[in-house]
Formats: sequence, C-alpha cells, structure tokens
Amino acid sequence: MPAGLWGADLMAVTLDRVIKNFLLKDFLSGFALGMKYFFKPKYTINYPHEKGALSPRFRGEHALRRYPNGEERCIACKLCEAICPAQAITIDAEPREDGSRRTTRYDIDMTKCIYCGFCQEACPVDAIVEGPNFEYATETREELFYNKEKLLDNGARWEAEIARNIELDAPYR
Amino acid sequence: MEFMIDTFGLYFGTFLVILAQCLLVVVLILVALAFLMYGDRKIWAAVQMRKGPNIVGVFGLLQSFADFIKYIAKEVIVPSGADKVVFFLAPMITFIMAVVVWAVIPFNEGWVVSDINVGILYIFAISSFEVYGVIMGGWASNSKYAFLGALRSAAQMISYEVSIGLIIVGVLLSTGSLNLSDVVRAQDGNYGMLSWYWLPHLPMVWLFFVSALAETNRPPFDLPEAESELVAGYQVEYSSTPFLLYMIGELMALVFMTAMMTILFFGGWLSPIPGLPDGILWFVGKMAVFFFLFSMVKALVPRYRYDQLMRLGWKVFLPLSLGWVVIVAAFAQYGVPGYARWAVGG
Repeated sequence: MPAGLWGADLMAVTLDRVIKNFLLKDFLSGFALGMKYFFKPKYTINYPHEKGALSPRFRGEHALRRYPNGEERCIACKLCEAICPAQAITIDAEPREDGSRRTTRYDIDMTKCIYCGFCQEACPVDAIVEGPNFEYATETREELFYNKEKLLDNGARWEAEIARNIELDAPYR
Repeated sequence: MEFMIDTFGLYFGTFLVILAQCLLVVVLILVALAFLMYGDRKIWAAVQMRKGPNIVGVFGLLQSFADFIKYIAKEVIVPSGADKVVFFLAPMITFIMAVVVWAVIPFNEGWVVSDINVGILYIFAISSFEVYGVIMGGWASNSKYAFLGALRSAAQMISYEVSIGLIIVGVLLSTGSLNLSDVVRAQDGNYGMLSWYWLPHLPMVWLFFVSALAETNRPPFDLPEAESELVAGYQVEYSSTPFLLYMIGELMALVFMTAMMTILFFGGWLSPIPGLPDGILWFVGKMAVFFFLFSMVKALVPRYRYDQLMRLGWKVFLPLSLGWVVIVAAFAQYGVPGYARWAVGG
C-alpha cells in the first residue's frame, strides 16, 4: 500500500498529519494556485475568427510559382520528384515550341505528401514551394490529387505571401 | 351536491396553488441549472487557462440550451439485451428524485413548497432512492462496464450517505427539530454569520463538503465515471434524452447539496452581517459560493483511488461524524453555548 494521503497505515496517523489534513493545508494551497491561474490571460485562440502566427518557414499547401513576367519558373529538372521521400510528385516534360524545357504534367498526390519541404529545398529556381495555406480540406479524396493547373493557380493566389516568406527566410539560407 | 362542489372547489383550488408553486420552483431551478452548467464549464476552463464555451449567445451564455436541443434531437439507442422498462425507468428515477427533494428546501422565511416537520427524514428517504436510478441503469444496460460502474457508484453513494446522515444528526441535536426552516431560524442570532452553525459544527462543515462531493459522484470522487477505466460508468449505454436526464439529475443533486450546506451550516436566508435585511438573495448567493467551490475542486483535485475512497468514507468520516454526534449531544445536554438552540421543547 503506497503511503498516500489516506493510503498509509492507520498506525502511521500522526498528530502532524491530522492537523495538516484538518487545516486543509494541501487543499488551500491548491485552491490558491487555481485562483492564480483563474485570472491569468487565456491561451485560447478563437480559431476561425483568430489565427495563430505562422513562421515564414511554415510548410503548408504546395504552389508552383511564375516569374513576374508570367513565365513558369519550373524547368522540369525533376529534382523534386527524385528527392520526394513519399514519391508523391509525378512529372512529365517535353520541349516547348520555343525550344525551352517545360513540364507537361506536374502532379502532387496530397494524400501521400508528408510535408517535409524537400521539394522546396531541392528546387533550383524556387518554383515549387510550400505556402502558408493550411485550410484546404476537401470532401473527396480525388480533390487532393493536385495537377499542374491547380498548383499554378495556388501560386497565383498566394504569390504575395510566398514571396514575402522567401524574402524573410533568405538571410538564414 | 352543494357539499361536493364546495369540497371539490376547495381542494381543486389548493391543488392549483400547490401545482403552481411546484412548477415555479422546478422551472426556476432548471433554468438556473442551465447557467450553472455553463458556469461550471467556464470555471473549469478558466483554471486551465482556456476560454470555455463562448460561441452560442453573448459570452456563450446560451451554450447549455444548445446542448439541450442537441441531446433531445439525438437518436435514443437501446442496447440489445437491455431490459427496456428498467432501462428507461432508471434515468427517470434519478431525475425525479433529484427534483422532488426541493419540495422541503426553504428559500426564504416561509418560501417552501412543503413545510413539513419531517423535512430532513424526507431528504434522507429521497436521497436513498437516488441510488436506485444508478444501479438500475447499470444493470439494465446489459454491459459489464455499466454494471461495474453502477456497483462502484452505489457502494460509494451508500457509504457517504451514512456520514452525511450522521453529520445532519449533529445539526438536528442542536436544533431539536427536523424542520429545515427551524434549522435556519435556530441560527438567527445577534452576531450575524458568527451565530450560524458553521462555527460550533466547524469540523463537520468540511466533512459534509467532501461527503457531498462523494455522494453526488463529483470529481475527485467520480470513480464510476473514471474515463480511463470505465468509459462513463453506469451511463455508458445511455444516449440522447435518457442521458440528459441523468446529467440534469446529477447536477441538480449537486446544487441541492449546496442548498443543504447553506441551510445546515450557513444560515439559509439569514444575512451574514447584523443589521442587513435577510432574504432569498443571501440564500442564492451562498449557494453560488458553494457551487464555485465545488467547481474549483473539480478543476484542482486529482481523482481518488477506489480503496482510498472507501477508506476515507468508512475509516475516517464515519468514526469522526459518529464521534461528533456524541460530542454535540453532550454539549447540548449540558448547555454549552451555541450547541443547544432547541426550536421545540427542550
């Protein structure tokens, strides 16, 4: 029998303990601590209305970026496809009419992706990035099989935030 | 014929008045419970530095009503092999017994539905019945978790009822009446809150508080509902409205215990400061203070082991309360000030 508050042997009931228990020493100190925390500021964030701060390095939903002149950044080097530990990326490439090398297909299976950020690290032209968006839950599995169109669309939508994050993180790279 | 109309009319009128009184008390308590439930959750959250319910209504005040609608709109699931009659009877018993005890609670001078002279005996009788709701629910569910939870709960409630009974007997010896209004009147004195029974019966206030926690299956004595072992104890197979009845019944029993604390030891509707008027606001205020204490205990104290619970009940509380009855009897007999305030005879 462990010697807890009441778990101890009856013989071990000493005057000290009886006085301590009847003056509610433990309870009162616990109560004081509870009241201290009662008036402390709360940590709760009312999520849909308030959101927590995100680091510039936050790895969220993927996006394919374009240069300011509208040209796709991706040159189909397939480094991201090669490094992807979950093998979530599939790329097909062909030379375009003007002779430049571009992807014809760039798919990410978001259900396979483990959000490690290696694709972003591997990319020599900052084309594939993980943006700050984390609210892209879908109702069907198929909607999470992203294609090139969807990724370029994400890039257009999140370009401002992505560019800012890359700039903020640049001194540490 | 005329006699019959007169008699019938007289009784019918009395019946209507009693019905109105009952409805008033029950409706007010149920509405108060909704907000107490909310308050309980808010207090619990605040100690853990959370915000608690704050979406439904202003500051989340309507959360309990949203929960109420959710509970009654859900499907009632009856486990296969359950004894249907007993299964549905059990939560009703818990709920009804929790409601009927309020009949003898004096909220103010004369504000009592049934001012009977055996008020405390009535409370003993009804609170014994509350165990039936628990054990019937556990048995009728046809589930081993529910049954184990019910056994634990029943053993716990019976154990602590003994010491609660003896604590109340101590107060009775001082008052000399089983009428709860008389218990409060006996505490009326010239010294405000120093005239109340908490001072002469001080050790029993703490014992009553802890026993009330155990009797109502509140943390730290919520062993029948210990999530880690028994999921939800005797309530595990209940859903929807029957579960709601259990929940309201338990909370109402808790609020009843705060009312008993107020009446037995803290002077009911009496004002704590001499000179200020007595009234129901004092009664409600004292109940609110004790409810706050109950909620804080829930947030602060870790759950007891079952053997610790039984040891506390039988080896500590029972001898202490029994000894206190003897001491109070002697004090009252030999006229120690504060102990003999006999309302009737002597």
